[in-house]
Amino acid sequence: MSIEEVHPKSQFLRDERLPHIWCPGCGLGIVLQSYINAAEKSGIRLENHVLISGIGCTARLPGYANLDTYHTTHGRGIPFATGMKIANPDLKVTVISGDGDLFNIGGNHFIHAARRNMDLLVVCVNNFNYGMTGGQHGSTTPPSSLSSSTPYGNIEQSFNLPYLAAAIGASYVARWTVMHPRQFTKSLSKAMDIRGFAFVEVLSPCPPNFGKFNGFSDGFAEMEFYRKNSVVDNEAKLEDVSIDPHHGKQIILGEFVNKRRPSFIELEREVNRRAMVVEK
Amino acid sequence: MLPPGKYFTDGNFAATEGALYGGCRFFAGYPITPSSEILERMSRRLPEVGGHFIEMEDEIASIAAIIGASNGGLKSMTATSGPGFSLMQENIGLGMITETPTVIIDEMRAGPSTGIPTRVGQGDVMQTRWGSHGDLAPITYSPNSVQESFDLTILAFNSAEIYRQPVIIASDQVIGHLSEILTVGNPEEYEVIQRLTRKKANGNHNTFSYSDDFIPMFVPGTGFRGNVDSLTHDEMGYPSNDASVEREMLEHLLGKIKRNETKIIRFEEYMTDDAKVIVVAYGITSRSAKKAVKNARDEGLKVGLFRPITLWPFPEGRIVELAEKTRKFIVPEINYGQYSHPVREFSRRETEEIHFPPGAIPDFKIILREIERSFT
Ligand SMILES: Cc1ncc(C[n+]2csc(CCOP(=O)(O)OP(=O)(O)O)c2C)c(N)n1
Ligand code: SF4
Ligand SMILES: [Mg+2]
Repeated sequence: MSIEEVHPKSQFLRDERLPHIWCPGCGLGIVLQSYINAAEKSGIRLENHVLISGIGCTARLPGYANLDTYHTTHGRGIPFATGMKIANPDLKVTVISGDGDLFNIGGNHFIHAARRNMDLLVVCVNNFNYGMTGGQHGSTTPPSSLSSSTPYGNIEQSFNLPYLAAAIGASYVARWTVMHPRQFTKSLSKAMDIRGFAFVEVLSPCPPNFGKFNGFSDGFAEMEFYRKNSVVDNEAKLEDVSIDPHHGKQIILGEFVNKRRPSFIELEREVNRRAMVVEK
Repeated sequence: MLPPGKYFTDGNFAATEGALYGGCRFFAGYPITPSSEILERMSRRLPEVGGHFIEMEDEIASIAAIIGASNGGLKSMTATSGPGFSLMQENIGLGMITETPTVIIDEMRAGPSTGIPTRVGQGDVMQTRWGSHGDLAPITYSPNSVQESFDLTILAFNSAEIYRQPVIIASDQVIGHLSEILTVGNPEEYEVIQRLTRKKANGNHNTFSYSDDFIPMFVPGTGFRGNVDSLTHDEMGYPSNDASVEREMLEHLLGKIKRNETKIIRFEEYMTDDAKVIVVAYGITSRSAKKAVKNARDEGLKVGLFRPITLWPFPEGRIVELAEKTRKFIVPEINYGQYSHPVREFSRRETEEIHFPPGAIPDFKIILREIERSFT
């Protein structure tokens, strides 16, 4: 019997950068694997996939993918990606970043990119806290959660991300957990084909921070929780899909939106064509 | 492109057309007085020349977008003023550490904070040098006319490409809005540096080089598989926590400018040959200062004018030379003393500051009076 020493996805990974920095039980490895599988299956030339992030544990993910990758500043992955996509529209630009990065410091950019129907795939790895800085609470931390900055429990309402994205006009909206890698991967592949703004939220454990503060003994316990407490409902009313585990609410997953409206790049091309005619 | 000829126009028009001449094909911005006319004109002109324009949600997004667009392969720029320039500081550092060419016009107005949006100031001069955290070697140009708003914008695009970093044009409200003659020459008269790029890597996909001052950028989508990182990184672009990598990276970032300072630095002198007193002034203030120097010369006073065109890198060598035969420097500015500091530090001569409160063009008579006082 021979021992396989090469990672099966070796050609898609920067082997020389492994092992990665992530904690045992972190869900980010599954997200990386799912993204790579989706890109491979997407039917888009691998060279045309560009991966961009802001700052955080999640934002380290592009650095391990053997593609053209950009690790930018906290919250600014989306506007950076916007510039890159407009400049080089043949690229398939994906932003993978954390909940804090995309919805706290970078929240303004998210809503504007969705409103413009900017041709980007944005993947939010939601671990309900700022993992990298030690588990402080943010706008996605569920009500009543404990965190390193809500020692008495979180009194704020959290964002319902699919509802938010859909309300602003995203062309594609889905939510999965890392306990649902097949559905998640399929969803990513599909989202890569969307012309316009596609958004996929994926729930992921952060054992030393959110997990530890909220009664999950390890990453597996949080994964088990997702398995037992989530239901798939593609037709769910999005105002009802907020995440509130401390008050016994089920987590609703699914592919919630898939609709066609002209994308920014399509509309810009049309404007530029008219302007060039004027110039002549 | 703007056909050769003479135009009676303002600095904002000239800067926009200069940018297009310099190869700008992407603009992202957020409106702010007194630079909004650049954004408006870009929204019309860029699509005509096959470029791209986007009005972003704020200045943080604008600078992120121009850095992204430049990495995507297009020459890019934004234009703003004090409040927006403050918001851009973090990502100016991103442009520096990722060695991304781009151009930022900061049209200075009265501050601090919202200040007087429609009135001139020069309070951002130190911010263009030290505004973003960490060690940086910025290049900042200071136009003092409509003509220079055109010429220096072309130059700024060239410098951005050569030195692979964001280049700042610190203009001001008066230069942006005043109208005078702009002469545009034949295209052959302008050198425009084209973007050098690397495509598919042949095994060697190092994003940066620390032994070479200059290594072309890679273009995404060609199979290069490079990593560009805001973290301290090695030549591969891979992050490192190692102080020796930090040193190597920083010495490259600072050294590529330091080693080429004589090529970058530009200045203009007026009657400095026998001057015992030298006025150092830039931007709109240099025009008031020139008039003061002329009048003082008519009175027989041995005074000259030194006008830095690149505010940064600081023209240290020339200031040291001038200091040898000069007993005093006078630095009028539309702020409460900024550029006077390096002048004093490097000249080691008496350096008198004249503080013009932001909000008005400096009165040459105040500068003249200070010159006269220096000779009594
Ligand atoms: C401007 C700025 N503010 C704060 C930080 C510190 N910081 C780094 S990562 C981070 C939070 C990341 O949280 P999230 O995006 O949820 O990523 P995770 O680590 O949970 O994957 C913060 C606050 C920073 N790098 N830059
Ligand atoms: S802190 Fe949390 S998000 Fe970061 S690597 Fe560890 S488990 Fe993952
Ligand atoms: Mg997080």
